[in-house]
Amino acid sequence: MRHGKYRFIVGFLALPLLLYGVFVISPFVQAFQISTTEWSGLRGTAKSVGLDNYAKLLHSGEFWNALRHNVVMLVLVPIATLTLGLFFAFMLNVGGRARRGAVITGVRGASFYKFVYFFPQVISITIISVIWFNIYNPDPHDGMLNSLLGAVGLHSLQSSWLGAGSIALACIMVVMVWANVGFYVVLFSAAMASIPREIYEASLLDGANRFHTFFRITLPLLWDTVQTGWVYMGIIAMDAFALVQIMSVNMGGPAGATDVVPLRLYQTAFRDSQFGYAAAMGVAMLVVTLLFAVLTMRFARRERIEF
Amino acid sequence: MGSTSEVNRRDLVKRAAALGILAVPAMGALSSCATGGGGGSDDGTKNKGATSARNPLGVKNGAPLEAFIFKGGLGDQYAKDAEADFNKTYGTTVKHTGTQQVGPKLQPRFAGGNPPDLIDNSGADHLDMNKLSAQGQLQDLTPLLDAPSMDDPKKKVRDTLYPSTIEKGKHKDTFDVFYYAFTVYGTWYSGKLLKDKGWAYPASFDDMITLCAEIKKAGIAPWTYPGKYPYYVHFNIFAQIAKIGGLDKWIAIDNLEPNAWTSNDAVKQVIGHYEELAAKGYFLEGSQGLTHIQAQTAWTRGKAAFIPNGSWVENEAAPTTPADFGMAVGPLFDGGSGDKMPHGTLRAEPSEPFIVAKGGKNPVGGMELLRIMLSKKHAQNFATKVKSLTSVQGATDGMQLSPGLSSAARAVKEGGKNLLMIQLQEWYPKLTDEKLGGLTSQLLTGDMKAADWIRKAQQYADETAKDSSVTKFHRGS
Repeated sequence: MRHGKYRFIVGFLALPLLLYGVFVISPFVQAFQISTTEWSGLRGTAKSVGLDNYAKLLHSGEFWNALRHNVVMLVLVPIATLTLGLFFAFMLNVGGRARRGAVITGVRGASFYKFVYFFPQVISITIISVIWFNIYNPDPHDGMLNSLLGAVGLHSLQSSWLGAGSIALACIMVVMVWANVGFYVVLFSAAMASIPREIYEASLLDGANRFHTFFRITLPLLWDTVQTGWVYMGIIAMDAFALVQIMSVNMGGPAGATDVVPLRLYQTAFRDSQFGYAAAMGVAMLVVTLLFAVLTMRFARRERIEF
Repeated sequence: MGSTSEVNRRDLVKRAAALGILAVPAMGALSSCATGGGGGSDDGTKNKGATSARNPLGVKNGAPLEAFIFKGGLGDQYAKDAEADFNKTYGTTVKHTGTQQVGPKLQPRFAGGNPPDLIDNSGADHLDMNKLSAQGQLQDLTPLLDAPSMDDPKKKVRDTLYPSTIEKGKHKDTFDVFYYAFTVYGTWYSGKLLKDKGWAYPASFDDMITLCAEIKKAGIAPWTYPGKYPYYVHFNIFAQIAKIGGLDKWIAIDNLEPNAWTSNDAVKQVIGHYEELAAKGYFLEGSQGLTHIQAQTAWTRGKAAFIPNGSWVENEAAPTTPADFGMAVGPLFDGGSGDKMPHGTLRAEPSEPFIVAKGGKNPVGGMELLRIMLSKKHAQNFATKVKSLTSVQGATDGMQLSPGLSSAARAVKEGGKNLLMIQLQEWYPKLTDEKLGGLTSQLLTGDMKAADWIRKAQQYADETAKDSSVTKFHRGS
């Protein structure tokens, strides 16, 4: 049975690999090739310009501005999302008061909360953007957030939200966290469910409180999951295209305050017809994302705990 | 988390690498790639048949024709009506697509060399006509201009149009874009509101400031604007600069000439006026975050008196407009006695760009379809259906028009020869919408002084002028 094992595997994998090569790998490679041309996207031919597009990118203030916002998101959004996700998951699974018949329980109504947290995952990102755009509507009567603040007498906090350059990016990041936290609640809940109860019971007998059990037991045993979640969330934060494109004023405004690299790429390709330059941006994004993933994997590595 | 799998990491990496090695040769099987093949060149005589008096362009009977129509605020029924006539005359069925995504849908078709024949290239996601024209992918529409018009064979099509239609549709010297609609830009207001309060539409900037104080006292915001799309404010700002400083100096701005912004006193006056409006709090609070629909709704509900807009607003805001609103548009404001253009000057110019692809199957048919749309019958159909004027002069004379449209038609008549046309936004959208738009949004929230706006606007214009990847255009005076 051993001999011919590889032929067998290759025979089965040939077709999927061919498809994968044509539809995934080849566009990747072509992006590199396109990024060395000045292709407009409107004609079948293009002049090669070597690495000019990359030189232009390095000197483009707009690109660095957009990348800075991506990096801000890359740092803040995963921290906020994962922290909230961990906290909620912990409360839903382990954080409840001891009730009869079970030592380790979640808070009351945990299953209902799980449903609520997960709900944004089911809605498409486009719809989420539109909903939140309307929540942020600056009108003091039509805007949900502003009319709510007005109703409880906090008129001083009313703002034009997405129209105010100082907080527009924060407004978008809040939506990003809101939309993704549910997924991590479910992910971490599943991971927590696999932690043996005996460990918790033993620690409770030793007089540990919730705080201790979380930091000494739950978090270390979940570290692998957290690390994976971190990379995944970072990639989402590097994107943010749909949210910014739909929600921001003047496509990444006001005055560039919410611009992100994917939006810059889209505008460069479809508004300015500079597909070559846009492809160079895509390659730059790939580099940044890979760098982030590698660094995360490198610095977050810990001893694996078997249980 | 329990790790029960026996696969260790190193093994995984090895296998992944093997997969990669296997997949790369698969790419060799690719015969085509994203950049596609080039379309053949031709002179637009594909599918050309014999000409006759009824068929001056020589459309071949039964030849296929494909039309791609932007389906936005104007819908696409007006085009379907014209296509129905075309089908009857030439014994074919026009393949019709109505979409809001003209650019993304047609970009690959142009790159692949099989574009549709007639394209209504409008909306936020439209094709870059400047590039297409520079690449020679657009059909020269001069034969259409020289063809006899549908209604009067003695009159050429070019003689039935507003002259600016021909000027605006030119790239360098080639007339290759046909702007079908005719849009009136300006300050829109509710005739009823002004009448009820006994206010007069202001004639000058000074009158405007005075009136704004009164409006604000009455508990209404004098102005609103769609902060999500700050270029709406440019409709007025740009035209106002041309009206006060003269067209020559505006053309210098259109042509990205050095110091065109900074050396023009009209720029100082106009931007200064907007700085004053912002400083005195004459904009509806929160306008900087509104969409055009939200701003228009605030305006039709009487929360704000004035809004910068184009004549499509009547159709777009119809669902929220009260029956007795009396929608109207006023001319540009006077800056002072030194104005280069008289009172009544107005920005009214062709819009809704139609192009015929040179590489299409039936460019002649595309032009003929346009000729049908330019007949009185279809121009009036357009006016009725979408409450907009067309580039056909006087087509709506004697018709019963809706309030906004009749006000726009009246303003055009009163403007006479003084109808302004602005090219900057059409030619350099990144400069106007993104860069200047960013400045304008700060100007209107009071976060930027007029002097800084002008300085930075000049800087951005210079950057655009220097950027070799942007196709440049030149406008003669």
